[in-house]
Amino acid sequence: MAQIETELQLLKTEAVNMWTLVNSQLNKARLAFINFDKDLAREVVMKEKRVNGSELKIDRDCENIFALFCPVAIDLRFLLAVLKINTNLERIGDIAEGIAKYVIDAEVPFTQGLLDVARILPMYEESVRMLEDTQEAFEKEDTILARSVFKKDEFLDDINRQSHKVLEKHLKDHPQDTAQALWILSTIRKLERVGDQSKNIAEEIIFYLEAKVLKHRNKFV
Amino acid sequence: MESTIIKSRNFNASFGSNHVVKNVNIDIPRNKVVAVMGPSGCGKTTYLRCINRMHELIPGATSSGEMTINNENIYQMHPIFVRLKIGMVFQRPNPFPNLSIYDNVIAGYKLNGIKLPKAERDRVVEHSLTRVALWNEVKDSLSKKGSFLSGGQQQRLCIARAVAMEPEVLLFDEPTSALDPISTSTVEELFHELKTNYTLIIVTHNMQQAARVSDKTAFFYLGELVEYDETRIMFTAPKDSRTQNYITGRFS
Repeated sequence: MAQIETELQLLKTEAVNMWTLVNSQLNKARLAFINFDKDLAREVVMKEKRVNGSELKIDRDCENIFALFCPVAIDLRFLLAVLKINTNLERIGDIAEGIAKYVIDAEVPFTQGLLDVARILPMYEESVRMLEDTQEAFEKEDTILARSVFKKDEFLDDINRQSHKVLEKHLKDHPQDTAQALWILSTIRKLERVGDQSKNIAEEIIFYLEAKVLKHRNKFV
Repeated sequence: MESTIIKSRNFNASFGSNHVVKNVNIDIPRNKVVAVMGPSGCGKTTYLRCINRMHELIPGATSSGEMTINNENIYQMHPIFVRLKIGMVFQRPNPFPNLSIYDNVIAGYKLNGIKLPKAERDRVVEHSLTRVALWNEVKDSLSKKGSFLSGGQQQRLCIARAVAMEPEVLLFDEPTSALDPISTSTVEELFHELKTNYTLIIVTHNMQQAARVSDKTAFFYLGELVEYDETRIMFTAPKDSRTQNYITGRFS
């Protein structure tokens, strides 16, 4: 096996580990949020440092491979994709931390009626699934699975689009929920970003494997 | 729109029964640098030598198919005339050891029996050495032997010798493989300058050099032209898996 292949294989393992960590962060923040589990939320905040460390390590390894092995073709595309995926994963890690911090600061659990009307829980589950799908697509080099992420993002976009209206309507009858509704609105925006970032990641997987640039294009043509 | 200067159609070359270039079809665009790469024995140098009919100098060598320059069949021209239009620079710098720098530059004229007035000779020497960025380095030592120059300077002198004949195409066979990195870099810079006046075809084993200097790249394997495209495409998204395996070092 050529040395560059060994290096790229190690990098792939690091990227998968980063993915697993970020997935776990996003999912733990979700559980902390549903169960109002402040200990779990603190764990998420504490582990954010590991996400940052992992991002720096992957960046540095990419730089070294660029400098030492002058990659071309699929190797070059793989490295460019990993660099961008790395950035997107780190941002998803930040979002998980942000959600966990709110759970730590909140005084009372969320009103169930508010959660239901905003559809935030199914949205959260779908965003976690999207991230899991991108990881599996990357590991198995499966561009069909990567493309399925684009469709899932429409579900998140739909909830995001309607959130303002449904929360406004809810608050007319339940003005005491205003503080929580504002936070839910902000979290819906964050989850919508997770969807966008997963979509970006899926685009990078397709770029690396098929040399096709889907960025800023209609994905369903 | 880019115009084609060299065109091959179903071109084949053999050494006796050894078929080394197989049905090659390629259009070389004018005033561009085209790199030809591939593993040893893939036929790239043989193909290069067919372009200016050097291949036929080897006993038992044959060729078939069409090779044209400006739509004229190279194989229906006088070989000397072909080589005046298509100059060649070899792997190892090969200035004539007993000739001065000045005489090396105009050797092509002397060997072809072309007599130039002194003023014209001086102009050709200065012009050719300037073209290869060697004039300032040697203008005060033109009478010294070419073999006293460094390896990189000798190679530029050989390029000046080819340029002096005002060819349309310059062929380079591994032109920097015997040079150190600094001289290699100087010669590579020269390629960018030279392409404004000439079409360059470079056989190279150095893939990074192909990526750095060429506009288009051809990949040969087992005598066949596997892929030929813009260099930026060949090195980012080659279409053929054999090209990808070769340039990423996964060739078995």
